[in-house]
Amino acid sequence: MNIATTSGPFTHGYNTVQKTMITVLLALAPATLFNFYLFGLPSILLFAVTVGSCLAIEAGCMALAGKPAKTALSDYSATLTGWLLAMSLPPWAPWWIGLLGALFAIALAKHAFGGLGQNVFNPAMVGRTAMLVSFPVVMTAWIMPHPLFSSGSPGLAEAIAITFGGHMPDTVSAASALGYIKTELSRGIPVTQSMAKVPDLMDMVLGYRAGSLGETSAIFILAGGLFLMSKRIISWHIPLSLMGSLFVMAALFHAVDPAHYASGIFHLMSGATFLGAFFIATDYVTSPVSKKGQIVFGIGCGLLTWLIRNFAGYPEGMAFAVLLMNGLTPIIDQYTRPRAFGRDSKGEPLPLGKP
Amino acid sequence: MKLYPIRGGIHPEYRKELTSKKTIVALPLPLALYIPLQQHIGAPAEVLVKAGDLVKKGQMIARSQGVVSSPQHATTSGRITAVTQVAAPHPSGLPQTTVVLEPDGKDEWADLPEPFADPFSADAHAIHERVAQSGIVGMGGAAFPSAVKLNLGTQKKLEILLLNGAECEPYLTCDDRVMREYPNEIIDGARIMAHALGTPRVIIAIEQNKPQAIEIMTKAASAFAEIKVIGVPVQYPMGSERHLVQAITGRETPARKLTADLGVVVHNVSTARAVHHAVRFGRPLVARVVTVSGRAIREPKNILTPIGARIADLVEFCGGFAQRPESVVNGGPMMGQPLASLDAPVVKGTSGILALTAEEINNRPTNSCIRCGSCVTICPCGLSPLDMAAYIRKDNLEGAAKLGVMDCFSCGSCSYVCPSHIPLVHYFNYAKGMLKDLENELRKNDRVKNLAEVRVIRIEKANEAKKTALAARKPAPATTAPPSNTGETKAAPPTPEEKADA
Amino acid sequence: MLVAVVSLTVMGIVLGGLLGVAARFLAVEENPLEEELKAMLPGSQCGQCGYVGCAQYAAALAKGEASVTLCSPGGKAVIEQLAKKLGVTADLSEHEEKGPEYAFIKEDMCIGCTRCIRECSTDAILGANKLMHTVIVDVCHGCGKCAKVCPTDAIIMIPVPVTLANWHWPKPEVEQEQNKPEVAPAH
Repeated sequence: MNIATTSGPFTHGYNTVQKTMITVLLALAPATLFNFYLFGLPSILLFAVTVGSCLAIEAGCMALAGKPAKTALSDYSATLTGWLLAMSLPPWAPWWIGLLGALFAIALAKHAFGGLGQNVFNPAMVGRTAMLVSFPVVMTAWIMPHPLFSSGSPGLAEAIAITFGGHMPDTVSAASALGYIKTELSRGIPVTQSMAKVPDLMDMVLGYRAGSLGETSAIFILAGGLFLMSKRIISWHIPLSLMGSLFVMAALFHAVDPAHYASGIFHLMSGATFLGAFFIATDYVTSPVSKKGQIVFGIGCGLLTWLIRNFAGYPEGMAFAVLLMNGLTPIIDQYTRPRAFGRDSKGEPLPLGKP
Repeated sequence: MKLYPIRGGIHPEYRKELTSKKTIVALPLPLALYIPLQQHIGAPAEVLVKAGDLVKKGQMIARSQGVVSSPQHATTSGRITAVTQVAAPHPSGLPQTTVVLEPDGKDEWADLPEPFADPFSADAHAIHERVAQSGIVGMGGAAFPSAVKLNLGTQKKLEILLLNGAECEPYLTCDDRVMREYPNEIIDGARIMAHALGTPRVIIAIEQNKPQAIEIMTKAASAFAEIKVIGVPVQYPMGSERHLVQAITGRETPARKLTADLGVVVHNVSTARAVHHAVRFGRPLVARVVTVSGRAIREPKNILTPIGARIADLVEFCGGFAQRPESVVNGGPMMGQPLASLDAPVVKGTSGILALTAEEINNRPTNSCIRCGSCVTICPCGLSPLDMAAYIRKDNLEGAAKLGVMDCFSCGSCSYVCPSHIPLVHYFNYAKGMLKDLENELRKNDRVKNLAEVRVIRIEKANEAKKTALAARKPAPATTAPPSNTGETKAAPPTPEEKADA
Repeated sequence: MLVAVVSLTVMGIVLGGLLGVAARFLAVEENPLEEELKAMLPGSQCGQCGYVGCAQYAAALAKGEASVTLCSPGGKAVIEQLAKKLGVTADLSEHEEKGPEYAFIKEDMCIGCTRCIRECSTDAILGANKLMHTVIVDVCHGCGKCAKVCPTDAIIMIPVPVTLANWHWPKPEVEQEQNKPEVAPAH
């Protein structure tokens, strides 16, 4: 019998940080594997480099802080960051994009703020946006799917040349759907016309489109998201409010001016909408804790994404939108605290009397 | 009947099957009983016996002091061997004044107060008096003197007597067993209490994980139209007074108010049974049912225990430890307190003694908070445990108080769900203790300041009086007291105003 | 260019003038800080802070010459109040070592001289000439003045004991363990 040094409770649930992270990784796996298939060996190499760099940098940061690296690595948070970062990179990007992105994500966005749980901004998105603004050309070099084992898929030697040698074959590059309509629009070609050239809805849902390493397959990401919901790792609040507000904004403006604004369905299916809604915006550390706050956060992300996609310089705005809302999270948390039992929303005791 | 949802809460593993099928068995009289003078919230009782006295079972050995207090009774016949300091059933293991009683083995009752032939025609005040004299306190764990709560009918208009048979803590089955084995005694006690309170309705709330208890109690209550037995959802902490009232009536008790302000008085089912014994037979509260459970106990049992039996006696009666327990807990695993020593006695509020293995407790090293928000979602009080704990960790107690740490009743749900195993409740218990200390210190400082001011004024007055006296006698050369000893004249008793300050 | 220079100059003059006027009309007459600080102190003039009395300590505090942790009878509560008022962070580590105390009179050594009674600013000592004295613990705030004047050293200061009534859980220790490597010296 131990001397009483800790107060209760004397029974605990079985959930741990590690289990949570592993479940999220599991949920990401189908979409990732499918995109490995679509984008072939270079994407697998880039993924390995990115995740590996994240783990190495995490261990390095822990060593610098004088803490045991093993415990930090065993919570799988760095793995998850690396994984999400890799999924948001162009599939055939060179290795140093993965390494530099990992450096920004883990060292700057996470450990400079105090490590796990202390960071204000989503590390993976910091890594991605830092790469995007620093190396815009490399970071927008999209390719159309070249499924593994098909004739267009690069072999191992070619893949190594692409990822480590920087030999991007000119012939394969393609524009993402969002980028395509944006450039066409700037040339004066209305959305209604350019829409004919983007992949049809079925391809968008499955993921047969140009895009980041892990973002293209709406259906597999949705499946992962639903799995997380069934495991109660995430709740519906952020994904639904994010996609709902994005859809409503897009649909409204599309109805008013279809020549300038793409439809709601198009906005939902393109870019990183699904990945962002289910896996990025729902990051525990950087999103609000109360359900009310999560809805505010989700709506904010959705609106900002739409605004950036339509009016800002970049065709895709999910990462920026999430980062901007991350910055607002503390304030959202402060104003959306749940009402305490027996008190009104200002913290004063409830009045007596009304039944 | 429509039930209302309560916020948050958790569904822990209940592990009640360890004892739910075990009939209540009586503990053989131990060699000595240790009856503390304070087993309740309020002022400790004042001892009436001394070493060497012979007492009978049910004889009052300490009387209540003040309104919120409760007397203690000898729990068997025998000889008082000492009135001394004995470790309390408390995590600190600090001692408290305790009457040590050596049983003579006869277990003879003293002359008890006259039973009420017909309590329902008796004056409500007479019933309060009997309950107070019988030393009955809330038996759900809080141990608040029941008579005080029964008196609420004189101040407030009450609608419902709510008997709490939720027993939402894992492991505990003592109320379950009492309901299954003594339903008529509970119903009778409830009717007497309702009469004393003046409530027209009685509702008995039982969590749905006790179907037999619900069935038996429903049957026993069927003869009385005013009594209703309700199965409430299995959701910890359903047994919390305020949450149970919300589930039944849909109304939220305002902060710093009592459920009685909503017209609802809540008593534990075992308390009702104790009232039945006191009113119908004149027997004071001298024994209670204790669940002794946990996987480290060889044979878990529900034991009818005389108040004052050592916890070690109960453990021994259950065959001792099957393995070394990680912790021994007084009460349920969620809100119970760890015990510093097995030599502490069972008191009136002891609902369970749990010897838990490390696997059952399932605690792990603390990790960083990942802000998952689980604690916010499940907090039945609508607080933000993660933010409060962050403030407390940085010793910003004021910030924690602003977020409502004093509203937390330490139900333990947040610590239970936390994936990082942060000892949230421990932080809150620490903060609550510190905040109370600070409040007391401020109060004392105010008092000290008042006393100091009163003294300064008195000294000034004394000086002035002396001066005037001196002036009056001016012609004669004065040889009065030296001017320095201004204060000493008051020496002995403080003036009435000072007493009031103290 | 000229417009900008002129307009900025005019704005500067107007706003500066406003500030000057405001400073004159809304000036704070005296320094109420000292009074407020004095009100927070126990007022028992024990002198343990090193100043003659509470008023002098308050004055020193207001001038920023004294540390907020000097008032030991006031305890943590007073330190925190002072620190909050003055907007400084109190270093409680020094104070922590010495918890609240109260005076205890060893009755067999007391000669009944009443000196302590005269000294006590809260009338916490009971007794009369040539009779034994005792301390009312609830009223004693542990200033220790009585102990200094006792000719027979019959008064000792002892810590207020921890009882079931005032015990509470200590701060959980998990974090400290985790932080240990962080404070390890670099050299």
